Amino acid sequence: MRIAGKGIVDRSAPVSFRFDGVTHQGFSGDTLASALLADGVRVVARSFKYHRPRGVLTAGSEEPNALVTIGRGAEADPNVRATVQEVFGGLDAVSQNRWPSLGLDLMAINDLAASFLGAGFYYKTFMWPRAFWEKLYEPVIRRAAGLGRLSGQADPDIYERAWAFCDLLVIGSGPAGLMAALVAGRAGADVILAEEDFAMGGRLLAETGEIEGMPGADWAASVLAELAEMDNVRLMPRTTVTGAYDGGTYGALERVGHHAPRKGDGAPRETFWRIVAGRAVLAAGALERPVAFANNDRPGIMTASAVRAYLNRWGVSAGKSVTVFANNDDAHRTAHDMVAAGVHVAAVIDSRADAPDSSDFRVFRGAMVCDAGGRGGLSDITVRHASGTEEKIATDCLAMSGGWNPTVHMTCHMNGRPEWRADIAAFVPRDGMVPGLRAAGACNGAFSTDACLREGAAAARAALEDMGRSAPEVDIPAADDAAYSISPLWAVPGKGRAWLDFQNDVTVKDVKQAATENFRSVEHMKRYTTQGMATDQGKNSNVGALAVLADATGRGIPETGTTTFRPPFTPVPIAAMGSGAQGHGFAPQRFTTSHTASIERGAPMIEAGLWYRPSYFPKPGETTWRQSCDREVAMVRETVGVCDVSTLGKIDIQGPDAARLLDFVYCNTFSTLKVGRVRYGLMLREDGHVMDDGTTARLGQDHFVMTTTTAAAGQVMRHLEFVTQVLHPEWDVSLISATEQWAQFAVAGPKSRDLLNGVLDAPIDGETWPFMSCGPVGILGAQGRLFRISFSGEHAYEIAVPARFGDSLFRLLVARAEEMGGGPYGMEALNVLRIEKGMITHAEIHGRTTAYDIGMQRMVSQKKDCIGKVMSERPGLMDANRDRLVGLRPVGAVQKLTAGAHLYDEGAAPVRVNDQGYITSVAFSPTLGTMLALGFLKRGPDRIGERVKVVDAVRGLETLCEVVDPVFFDPEGGRVRA
Amino acid sequence: MLELTAKSPCSGLLPMTIGPFTLTEMTPLAMTSIAPRKGQESALSDALKAAHGMAFPAPGRATGKAEARAVWFGRGVALLIGPTADAALAEHAALTDQSDAWAVVRLEGQGAEDVLARLVPVDLRAAVFKRGHTARTQLMHMSASVTRVGDRAFQIMVFRSMAATLVHDLETAMRSIAARS
Repeated sequence: MRIAGKGIVDRSAPVSFRFDGVTHQGFSGDTLASALLADGVRVVARSFKYHRPRGVLTAGSEEPNALVTIGRGAEADPNVRATVQEVFGGLDAVSQNRWPSLGLDLMAINDLAASFLGAGFYYKTFMWPRAFWEKLYEPVIRRAAGLGRLSGQADPDIYERAWAFCDLLVIGSGPAGLMAALVAGRAGADVILAEEDFAMGGRLLAETGEIEGMPGADWAASVLAELAEMDNVRLMPRTTVTGAYDGGTYGALERVGHHAPRKGDGAPRETFWRIVAGRAVLAAGALERPVAFANNDRPGIMTASAVRAYLNRWGVSAGKSVTVFANNDDAHRTAHDMVAAGVHVAAVIDSRADAPDSSDFRVFRGAMVCDAGGRGGLSDITVRHASGTEEKIATDCLAMSGGWNPTVHMTCHMNGRPEWRADIAAFVPRDGMVPGLRAAGACNGAFSTDACLREGAAAARAALEDMGRSAPEVDIPAADDAAYSISPLWAVPGKGRAWLDFQNDVTVKDVKQAATENFRSVEHMKRYTTQGMATDQGKNSNVGALAVLADATGRGIPETGTTTFRPPFTPVPIAAMGSGAQGHGFAPQRFTTSHTASIERGAPMIEAGLWYRPSYFPKPGETTWRQSCDREVAMVRETVGVCDVSTLGKIDIQGPDAARLLDFVYCNTFSTLKVGRVRYGLMLREDGHVMDDGTTARLGQDHFVMTTTTAAAGQVMRHLEFVTQVLHPEWDVSLISATEQWAQFAVAGPKSRDLLNGVLDAPIDGETWPFMSCGPVGILGAQGRLFRISFSGEHAYEIAVPARFGDSLFRLLVARAEEMGGGPYGMEALNVLRIEKGMITHAEIHGRTTAYDIGMQRMVSQKKDCIGKVMSERPGLMDANRDRLVGLRPVGAVQKLTAGAHLYDEGAAPVRVNDQGYITSVAFSPTLGTMLALGFLKRGPDRIGERVKVVDAVRGLETLCEVVDPVFFDPEGGRVRA
Repeated sequence: MLELTAKSPCSGLLPMTIGPFTLTEMTPLAMTSIAPRKGQESALSDALKAAHGMAFPAPGRATGKAEARAVWFGRGVALLIGPTADAALAEHAALTDQSDAWAVVRLEGQGAEDVLARLVPVDLRAAVFKRGHTARTQLMHMSASVTRVGDRAFQIMVFRSMAATLVHDLETAMRSIAARS
């Protein structure tokens, strides 16, 4: 029911929205909760376990009941708090956890069976048979209990992450936060003022008190106007600071797009901020707590401050005949405000014998509400007077208050514990719980407006002084300084279920049951009852529940203590924290200069690290990859092939100590390499295992270019940096990656030189360019480099040009190769070619193999030391019994071989204890007309000519193979030197 | 005669204008990494001044002007952007041609910091990260070099091969900010 003349919603801007398919009207500035209350909608949800009808309890993000799903299909957002959701034209909200409808929920049968469904029921009942828990009980229970459901579809919305930096972060924009921001803003500090609500002002928007003689909301507006004018102040409404982390970093979630229809303009739904602040002021306010009494979860029973907020901010009366139940003075304000707005107040029930009286309404002192009636909406309450007599009072709205809990959550995020203040019956932060953060105002236990203004200003001044900045004097505006008087009341004694945790359906009885069953620690009680474990994280129930536990266990509240407050303060979608990382956003894509040309030729791409490389280049008529691959292999063996090898790491090494560095990191010697020559090198880790391999070219006396494998480029660079920064900082040597500077293509095959001589400015011949030579060359007018190296066993080169020419040179080389009967080849053919030649890749040097294992022990120079040398000589690493590299050929007709298959003696059972090794690489060799494999076999090189059984237990394959030398093709290496 | 066609890293991707922001590719004539030899730091700086008019930059700083700039590029390295490095510098430093190794873009517009705040985890506020300040940092998932080159303009560099991802990430962030203004 709207009250004329009340509230700050824009009555000139009506908004129409839908709830459970029914169209409602609200105003701009309404939340879904305020608009539904205005329209007389009382039941907005069903409870978690018992499916009891529930209404709006609060007016903030702590709301446990009024959770709805916004939107439909893939765009649906479940568990949105109606008290936070702004209404807008076209808003489509649906209630949750009910079937078939909110009014008729068949699962409400759980409520009738409530006496069986208390805490621990599931644990005790569904124990056997054990397998049934996962398969039957849990799915059924999960269907019956719960909140909103995810759509099960991919989320089409955009989310975002962002960083912000400031001198002072002010969390909350009530009187304390505004004052803090004002002081720091006027002092010239960079200030971020973050407010969870869409409107700034905090409780000032919801109360009638005055500041400087004007309504609190008007004073807030004037301060906000001043702050908005300051370039150094950033106002962030709709932004919940969700966690405090190390180094003055705070997490915050900004709701960017939830208050308007999607426009498809690239704006995100939410932004997850990491705010790095020099200092922070927590001005998060306080949350009013309910009182536990029988049926206190009836729709229409709300916190007193919420009833006041709906009246003063949104112009909505939550009922026609309001009652108030409290243990403190503050809640009496609700009755006063309602009366002033012309709403009937049936009675104020105050548990304190000395509660203030009023001439405007009845006050029952020393009385308590002990029951509430009206399943679909509150109809009456039962008051137990001080005398013990009970009286039923008709009412459709009960405003209850058990006092206020300072919002200490953020102060506890770094494992600090709050302390109990008996005078306000609440936990308050201690100083220094989060370095650099000061609590001010209600979250610090200072409840009057005057105290909030003073503490906000003081906290900002202290923060400025900490940072060595001067703070201007600021007059504290005059405001109400009423004392807060409270006498603790947690639960009203009596029969019936009295709710503590509305969201997880935990009652006083459940907590007492936990204590009875010896779950006496507050952490155990929490887990036994699930109190505080729902999306509201017990904001409304924690203190009440532990007070009941303290009572049940005969301890005080401070001894009982709180459970641990952890981030986030309110739920943060994983989609926001991981934004931008869906799909291809998961990692950068690295494209070679030949990428476009390869795609144009229909080459399927495979990922190699972050790089995309062509698998093969299909020709018309080829229907399988094998056809293309076999053709490409034959092409390289018979004519000439071109392959982009730019992805290999290239590290430019210069300086007087460059050769010394190479001798130190490679197991073989490079200082003896002549200028204009290339050498293959093997690099060991400190533990003696192989790290990487590649070729290094000497371009000048003090200038080398090292190549690494594609996969290990980063690792090798890091290794070299470690060596030069930590092990030998005295060496004069510089390293820099040149991987991206060069587009480099392998040109391989008997006609490779012919092809090159068509593009080189000066033709080459075998005499001046023997195997393993290198040097600068002119390539169609561009300055490039040529290396005569081979990964295919053929007469081959790698030709490099500055990357800008890569696309052009690749197209040209391929076109000319095709004229000669050759063409491009991809990773599949490259792999077959190297397996035919027994060359290793990271399939073989996978981190557990040594130079000895791969048959390269003789490369470890005995004339010098190198990283990994000593460790590689440990007896265990030089044992003849180790799995060592061999080649394997199937015996008889071609049979399938698979990498990952294990090796066994011919007659042995294929079981673990008989394991003799494993296969690392396989290929069908079109050159030799058979499957080939590289693998590691115990005493491998000593068993050439023997037969082994190859078993792939995963794919169900068994083959007999002959052990052969790993170099299957051209073992003399005549072709490479041709 | 040059018979090869040059293609820039962001060819076909830029320029781009979204709301108040423009993103353009920069194609400096040359880029050369300069790493001073041991004990040659000041001699190199003098040589750099003599040859190209700027001192060797301190960590986190860029020296020179738009046409010839030396950008701090990591431990003991600066990147000379613009002119072909004078051969005399090689007396004091290791020079490596990086002209083709990096995609270089310029992001300009009121609120360019807000765009980068979506991608770069360092403080780029005008009062902290002034003209002539540079950072080696990350941009989304990429290793990047970010330099303020104007009141509302940044130079951003990532590996050439990642140009498409760079443009995609910047475009997403520009759209996000433009949609809100």
